[in-house]
Amino acid sequence: MQLAAKHFKASASKALLDAQLQKALGNVEKGFIGKRQKAADALPEFDALRDNARDIKNHVLAHLDLYLEEYERNVVAAGGHVHWAETAEDARRIVLDICQKANARTVTKGKSMITEEIALNDHLTANGIEPVETDLGEYIIQLRGEYPSHIIAPAVHLNKDQVEGDFRRVHTHLPEGRDLSEPVALLSEAREVLRKRYFAADVGITGANFLIAETGTSVIVTNEGNGDLTQTLGKVHVVVASIEKIVPTLEDTAQILRVLARSATGQDMSVYTTFSTGPKRPDDPDGPGEYHVVLLDNGRSAMLGTEYQDMLRCIRCGACMNHCPVYHAVGGHAYGSVYPGPMGAVLTPSLNGIEETGQLPNASTFCGRCEAVCPMRIPLPKMMRHWREREFERNLTPLTSRYGIRAWAFFAKRPRLYRLAVSFGMPVLSLLGGKSRRLHSLPFAGGWTRHRDLPAPEGRTFLQEWAQREALKQGSGH
Amino acid sequence: MSGRDTVLGKIRASMRVSGPDAERKAAVASRLRDTPTGVIPARADLPAAGQQELFCAMAAQFGASVARVNDYREVAAEVSAYLRAHNLPAEIRIGADPRLKDAGWDLEKNLELRHGASDGGDLAGVSHAMAGIAETGTLALLSGPDNPTTINFLPEHHIVVLRESDIKGDMESVWAMLREQKGKGVMPRALNLVTGPSRSGDIEQTIILGAHGPRALHIVVVA
Amino acid sequence: MTSSETRVARQPRVGLFATCLVDLFRPSVGFASVKLLQDAGCEVHVPVAQTCCGQPTYNTGDRADTREIAEQVIEAFEGFDFIVAPSGSCAAMLKKHYPGLFKGNADWEDRAQRFSDKCHELVSFLADVMMVRDTGAALSARVTYHDSCSGLRELGVQQQPRKLLANVGGLELHEMKDSDVCCGFGGTFCVKYSDISNAIVTKKVGNIDASGADMLLAGDVGCLMNMAGKLKRLGSDVEVRHVAEVLAGMTDQPPIAGSGK
Repeated sequence: MQLAAKHFKASASKALLDAQLQKALGNVEKGFIGKRQKAADALPEFDALRDNARDIKNHVLAHLDLYLEEYERNVVAAGGHVHWAETAEDARRIVLDICQKANARTVTKGKSMITEEIALNDHLTANGIEPVETDLGEYIIQLRGEYPSHIIAPAVHLNKDQVEGDFRRVHTHLPEGRDLSEPVALLSEAREVLRKRYFAADVGITGANFLIAETGTSVIVTNEGNGDLTQTLGKVHVVVASIEKIVPTLEDTAQILRVLARSATGQDMSVYTTFSTGPKRPDDPDGPGEYHVVLLDNGRSAMLGTEYQDMLRCIRCGACMNHCPVYHAVGGHAYGSVYPGPMGAVLTPSLNGIEETGQLPNASTFCGRCEAVCPMRIPLPKMMRHWREREFERNLTPLTSRYGIRAWAFFAKRPRLYRLAVSFGMPVLSLLGGKSRRLHSLPFAGGWTRHRDLPAPEGRTFLQEWAQREALKQGSGH
Repeated sequence: MSGRDTVLGKIRASMRVSGPDAERKAAVASRLRDTPTGVIPARADLPAAGQQELFCAMAAQFGASVARVNDYREVAAEVSAYLRAHNLPAEIRIGADPRLKDAGWDLEKNLELRHGASDGGDLAGVSHAMAGIAETGTLALLSGPDNPTTINFLPEHHIVVLRESDIKGDMESVWAMLREQKGKGVMPRALNLVTGPSRSGDIEQTIILGAHGPRALHIVVVA
Repeated sequence: MTSSETRVARQPRVGLFATCLVDLFRPSVGFASVKLLQDAGCEVHVPVAQTCCGQPTYNTGDRADTREIAEQVIEAFEGFDFIVAPSGSCAAMLKKHYPGLFKGNADWEDRAQRFSDKCHELVSFLADVMMVRDTGAALSARVTYHDSCSGLRELGVQQQPRKLLANVGGLELHEMKDSDVCCGFGGTFCVKYSDISNAIVTKKVGNIDASGADMLLAGDVGCLMNMAGKLKRLGSDVEVRHVAEVLAGMTDQPPIAGSGK
C-alpha cells in the first residue's frame, strides 16, 4: 500500500461520515473487549504470564543476534533454508526468486502482516505470479483491492452485505438464486472456491507468530486452518518473518501463547497452533518439499538500544486497537499505514520515518487503555510521546501547535506574568459567557467550539480569590 | 557483504556489542540448555483423573465432541456410530498409526478405510494424537506416515483418537514428552496443536465453525 | 511508629496544586478541595508560584520547557508533607512523569523522585492516606461518575470516589456503560483532532444520558469541561460538577457550563 499517514486527519474526518464503516466498527467494541476480559478473568495467572512474556522478549532482544544464529543453525539442520533480508526490497526479491525457481504460477498465502509490510502481493503480480489470499478476511479484501484495516481482523471495516456484493461480482459461477445473506453462506462459498486454489498452488507463503531458536521451528497461530493448508499443500513453503519474532525455547513459546489468543480474540487457545520444522521428511506422505525462511529486518535493528526497543516485544494480537477510542471512531484505514491503531502509531514512524507519519503518534488522547491491555506490557503512550519529542526537536511539529505551546510555556514559566495575564483574561472570558455561562463560539478556539460549547470561567481565578480570603483572615485578626 | 552479515552487524552495532561477548553467550547457552518453565496455570494441576475430566470439559467448551471408550477394540464402533449419526458415508481416511491397527475395524464390515494422505475428497478422517492438554482441551498431533497432516485439515469431520494416559496438564508436559520421544531440540516436521473445530469470525465478528479446516472435531478418548 | 504515622500525628502540611484549569475556570473546586483537606485534618497551603503542571508542553514533545516548569513546581512544593491536586492527570504528571524528565541528572532526578513520592490525587489522598470514609456531605441527586483516564490507569483511582460518594446522604450512583472509557478530551488532542474527539465525546454523552442520572461527576476539570460542553451543545439538562464539590457539600455555584437553577 501507498503510505498515506500524512492525510490521517482528512481520512479520519471522512471515516467519521461513512455510515457503513461506522456500523462495522461497532463490531470491534462489541466483540473483542468483553471476550478478552472474560478470558483474562478466567485465568488467575494472566498478569503473571504477561510479566513473564515481557521478560522473555526483553531477554531475547538483549541477545537477538545470538538467538538468530542459533535459530538459523537449527533450521538448516532440519533441511530448511534461511534468507536474510535487510530491507523490504530484499525480502521481495528473495521471495520472488524462490517462487520463480519453483516455476510458480500461483501462490497461496496465509494471513500475514509482514507480507503487507513488504507489499509482496503487488510485486508477485507484477512478475506474473498470482497471489491468492486464503484467510477469509484477507480473501475478501483482496477481492476489493483493499488492504487490511486491522492486524487480526482484516475485513472488520466491512458489513456482510458488502461482502455478498463482492462475491456476486467476482464469483461469476454463482446462480442468482443462491442465498448469500448470512455469513455462514459466504464462508461456505469462499471455502469451496479456495479449496481448489490450495491444490493448484505451487508455493505457500505464511508469516510466523514465533521462531523458536532451540528447534529451528516457525509457529503460526490461526483459527481457520487456511495457513495450514497453505503451507502443507504447496510444493514449497516460504515463511516470511521479522527478526524479533524469535523466542528461545518451546517453554517460552508456551508462556507467550497463553497471553496471545486471550488478548486477541478472547480464546484460551486459537484453534490451530502449528509448529513447522523444515521440509517434508523422507517418509512423510505430505508436506512441502522445500522450506524457506526469509528473515526481515526493515528498520527493526535500528530500534534496538533506543527508546523504541520495547515495541519489538509486540506479538501482533491487536488488543491495543481493539481498546482504542480513536481506532473505534475512525477504523484502521484512516491511519494510512500497514499497521493501524496504537501499535501502528509507534511502529510506523520507526519503519517509515517520522517526517511522513507524525500524525499517527499525535492522534492519541493518551488514555492509556492500550498499555493497560497489552499482553507484552508495551508502554505505547510513552513511546508515542517520544515520537512527539523527536518531531519537536526537529521542528516537524505543526507551526500553530508549536507556537501555541511555546507561548503557553512562556507564561507558565513566569508565575507573576502569568498571574497578571490571567487576572485580565479570565474575567473577560467569564463576561463573554453571559448568563448561560458558556460560549458557543470563540475566535481561535474553533477546534473546541465547532462541536461543543466552551464552559465560561467563574470569573476571578482561584489564586486571586484565595489570596483575598487569606488577606481578609489576616485582617480580621486570625 | 551478505544480507546475513549486514543484519547481524546492524543488530550488534545498535546494541553496542563487540569482543568475545562471553557473558551474553553463556546466558543464551544456559537458557537453551535448561529450558526454564515460567508460569504454569494451576488450573490443570490435578491428579490424572482430574486432568482427563478437565481435558474433556475444555475440549467440549471449545466446540469439540468427546466420547470415551474402554479399549482400542471399541474405536471402530465409535467411529461408525459417529458417521451414522452425522449421515456420513461409511468411509474414512486414516494413516498408518500402529496404535490404530487393531482398533476393531474387523468388527465394522461396512466401514471403508482409505490409507495415506488426504487428497481433499474425504468427508471424514481419523488420526491418533500424541497427547491431550487439559489446560485448554487441546490436542497435539505429529506429522508423519502414521498421521498425515492433511487428515487434520482437509476432511469435513476430524475424528481424533487419544489415549487417556496421554492427557497431560499443560503444554510444558507435552514438550517433555516430545523431548523424550524425539530427543532434545528435535521436532517432527509438523506439530499441530488443535483446539476445537476450524472457525472464522471475519464477517461481522460472527463466529462460524468450519472455515477452511474441519467443520467438526470428534475426540475419542481410550481408557 | 513509621514516619507517615508521625506525620499524621501532627497536622500534615499539604501544598494544594490547584491545576491551571481549576485556577482559571473552576475556582470553586479549589475551595472544595481546601475544605475537604482541612476537614480531614490537614493544614492547607496554596503556593502562589504555581501555574501549570507541564502536561501541555510534555505531551507536545517539548521536553525542555516541561523540565523548567517541573523544576518550578518542585521548588514551590517540595517543602510540604504532601502535594495534592484535584485532578488525576495533573497528579499523575507530578507523580509518575516528573522523575523521568531528569534522567541523567542524578541530583534533580533524586529530588524529583522525593517530590513525586509525596504527590497525590485529591480523592484517593482523602480515602487512602487520610482514611476519610464519610465527608459528611448530603445531596439529593442521581449522579453518574466518569473515570478519567490518567487517574484510573496511572494512579488507580476508581473505588475511592465511589466509596465516598456512597456515604453522601441522599445521593444515588447510577453507573453508566463504559465509565472507564476516555471522554475524548486528551488535552490538546480535543482541539487538534476535533472531529475524532467529537465522535468519542458523543458516544460518552450517549452513555451519560442512558444512565438516567441528572448529574455527571468526575475528578478532572478538563474532562468535565469537554463533556459539559458537549452535553450543553446537545441541549442536555444533566448538571456537570467536579466530584470534590459534591463531597465537600459545596454545590451553590452553578454547575460547569450551566446557569444554575
